[in-house]
Amino acid sequence: MSETKFEPKIIAFLCNWCTYAGADLAGTGRKQYQANVRIIKLPCTGGIDPLFLIKAFERGADGILVSGCHPGDCHYNSGNYHARRRWNVFRPLLEFCGINPNRIQFSWISAAEGGKWVETINSIVDTVRALGPFEGYHKLNTIGPETSGEVAAAPSETG
Amino acid sequence: MSKKIGVFVCHCGTNISATVDVEKVAEEAKKNNPGVSYTTTYKYMCSDPGQKLLRDKIKEEGLDGVVVAACSPKMHEHTFRNAAKKAGMNPYHVEISNLREQCSWVHPDKPTGTEKSIDLVRMMTEKTRKDKSLNPIKVPVTKRALVIGGGIAGIQAALDIADAGHEVIMVEREASIGGHMAQLSETFPTLDCSQCIMTPKMVELAQNENIKLYTWSEIESVDGYLGNFDVKIRKKARSVDLDLCTGCSSCWQVCPSKKIKSEFDMKLGNRTAIYIPFPQAIPSKPVIDREHCLLFKDARKKNIPPNDSKVCRKCLDVCPIAPVKAIDYSQEDEFITEKIGAIIVATGFKELDDTSMYGEYGGGKYQDVITGLQFERLASASGPTEGEIQRPSDGKLPEIIVFIQCVGSRDPAKGCSYCSKTCCMYTAKHTMLYKHKVHDGHAYVFYIDIRCAGKDYEEFWLRAVEEEGATYLRGRVSRIYKKGDKLVVLGADTLTGSVVEIEADMVVLASAMKAQDDAEKFAQKLSIQYNKDKFFSEIHPKLKPVESSSAGIFLAGTCQGPKDIPETVAQAGAAASKVLALLSADELEREPVVAKVDRLPAPIFSTCIGCFYCKRVCPYGAIAEEDIKARDGSVIKTVARVNEGLCQGCGLCAATCRSKSVELAGFNDEQVYAEINSVEFN
Repeated sequence: MSETKFEPKIIAFLCNWCTYAGADLAGTGRKQYQANVRIIKLPCTGGIDPLFLIKAFERGADGILVSGCHPGDCHYNSGNYHARRRWNVFRPLLEFCGINPNRIQFSWISAAEGGKWVETINSIVDTVRALGPFEGYHKLNTIGPETSGEVAAAPSETG
Repeated sequence: MSKKIGVFVCHCGTNISATVDVEKVAEEAKKNNPGVSYTTTYKYMCSDPGQKLLRDKIKEEGLDGVVVAACSPKMHEHTFRNAAKKAGMNPYHVEISNLREQCSWVHPDKPTGTEKSIDLVRMMTEKTRKDKSLNPIKVPVTKRALVIGGGIAGIQAALDIADAGHEVIMVEREASIGGHMAQLSETFPTLDCSQCIMTPKMVELAQNENIKLYTWSEIESVDGYLGNFDVKIRKKARSVDLDLCTGCSSCWQVCPSKKIKSEFDMKLGNRTAIYIPFPQAIPSKPVIDREHCLLFKDARKKNIPPNDSKVCRKCLDVCPIAPVKAIDYSQEDEFITEKIGAIIVATGFKELDDTSMYGEYGGGKYQDVITGLQFERLASASGPTEGEIQRPSDGKLPEIIVFIQCVGSRDPAKGCSYCSKTCCMYTAKHTMLYKHKVHDGHAYVFYIDIRCAGKDYEEFWLRAVEEEGATYLRGRVSRIYKKGDKLVVLGADTLTGSVVEIEADMVVLASAMKAQDDAEKFAQKLSIQYNKDKFFSEIHPKLKPVESSSAGIFLAGTCQGPKDIPETVAQAGAAASKVLALLSADELEREPVVAKVDRLPAPIFSTCIGCFYCKRVCPYGAIAEEDIKARDGSVIKTVARVNEGLCQGCGLCAATCRSKSVELAGFNDEQVYAEINSVEFN
């Protein structure tokens, strides 16, 4: 794909009640945004297993968005708090593993915030596009983690 | 055995097909995917012939999985699952690809939209491959409704349900039912007296044997689910025993604290510390305002139980009930739990009464700049002036009165962009009421637009102009300032392009209808959604206007958005009919999206290791500990079990489980991984 302009693929894990409905509202309002996102709907962000995110990166996703209800608004009372807590532990772990934390975003978007959905998607797509394709995982078997300057030179290349 | 999957791509007229090449999407769905045995496109999948096509093809092609690529699953997932069910398929093998809201409507470029659509369809095809047959869960129904709020919406809904023979619990946080409608003087467009039509309904409610009324009470918590809610009600300490009190009025006549601003009269009149909010209150029994009562003030100051204070016990002394007096200073908040099948939320609105943010209108400092509801109280025969229009500062009859519309409405700068809908009509009504009482007075109205859409509404406001001679000026008011005992109103008349200066005696602001101050907190208590203005959200703006986002909880009246009395009554009736439909069944069917802890043959029994982290995260207490026992009764191990009746299907347990023993039906790991794996990456 090197000859064409790099277009990142973003996987978005959304809760059914708030952000998924917010994304629908953006559609109802015909608000345009970049087409790089693929949505996976789950009942609640609290039900998102961190392994889902790892799997998405492993498959080649360039960025990931996890988005649910605002604090206090969770359809299941407290699911989003669990998600936030899990996230607080998981994000530094990803960073430790060498994945640039800017590739992953967590946001609260309510069912009434079609506009915020559009802004969030455009912002993460632009951010990830600037970071370039995520190749860290593909090379993980042979090289060290993605460094702050993106992918480190492969050991096989350095010697 | 691999599934035979059919993919149905909808054009949605041209809503999808204009920006997505639907034929290509259908073609690609089949390519390199041996599981997909049938694909087609159709103009309107949701139409009757569209659904028939789906049913026929399921039978003809022997499909055991279906992907409909159409609008959001929130629109028609139910429709297509039902159609599949009719064709003899388990409906949970149907998945929806959201091509409209999340693709064709937001990506105008056709190649881009088509490429994304192909991905979206493939994701759902792969998910469908992993779908399992699920059966709806049956739950029993408690045949009792809860109505929260005792305004006209709540009263109407409660009466409708009770008249159909079901029990109703009504909870009202004020000391009397009646709400805002009881405060109004006369109602548009008929000018009939509000109290004359409202109070008989209040009495009817109080006398209905099917209705249990809790006034001066609030909802503490709501647990459970559709058909089986557990509602905890806080009966606030009233200091008066409702069973003993006869409402004889002796106590409030002797109360020495007579200068407390009456909330019912919008602070234009006074009340006592032990009081009934208004003469026709239901129940017609008083409450002690502990904040202002001398005895309670004294007890607080000295930090002693109220019963020990001797400052003033006039109400207790005068109470004629014997041997036990009806007044009890030591009463405390009481908690009651009721089992409920369905809930109607009718908590109403709050008038924008704090006008301090409107510096141009005096910032709330001028006594003679009043709000719409205050004018209602002035015009009401039961109000502080007994229906005479007297201005608050000196009681003078205002000869020139100015009404300003859209105060707090249609004003994004003040954080309120919506139209309050009722103000055009009530201002027209106010000008009439004013002219009926002050014959030689003159009324001016500043307006942005006149929005009187409703049966006989247009005619009504024209009457205000043509017959009652109100002067309508199209424009805003830039400033109000005091000049002697007059208020000078500076405004613009944009139709003549001139500046208008009116020396008025009184100004009435047509204040907006706002959501209740605690609407957000209350919505969180009930797990219902609300919009940016804190009005509670219906689940579908057109087709489900009274259903909230939580099953079994319905909305009526202005808690959902500004509306007038006829609309409120109609919506309350609609909500009541929805509740009646629920209560008419002995058992309800619920979506089978619930968690399950695995069970395996001996000697493993379950992969659950019994850490019960799932139990700690479950918001519904749906996880129980189950002993797996040997034949001799000894416990082999203790594992988790999900109570299907309580589980709401959030999946917290599944994500928390360390041994991967919990599966959320409809969203299990296999299905999610299938979706992730099917996305085509660069």
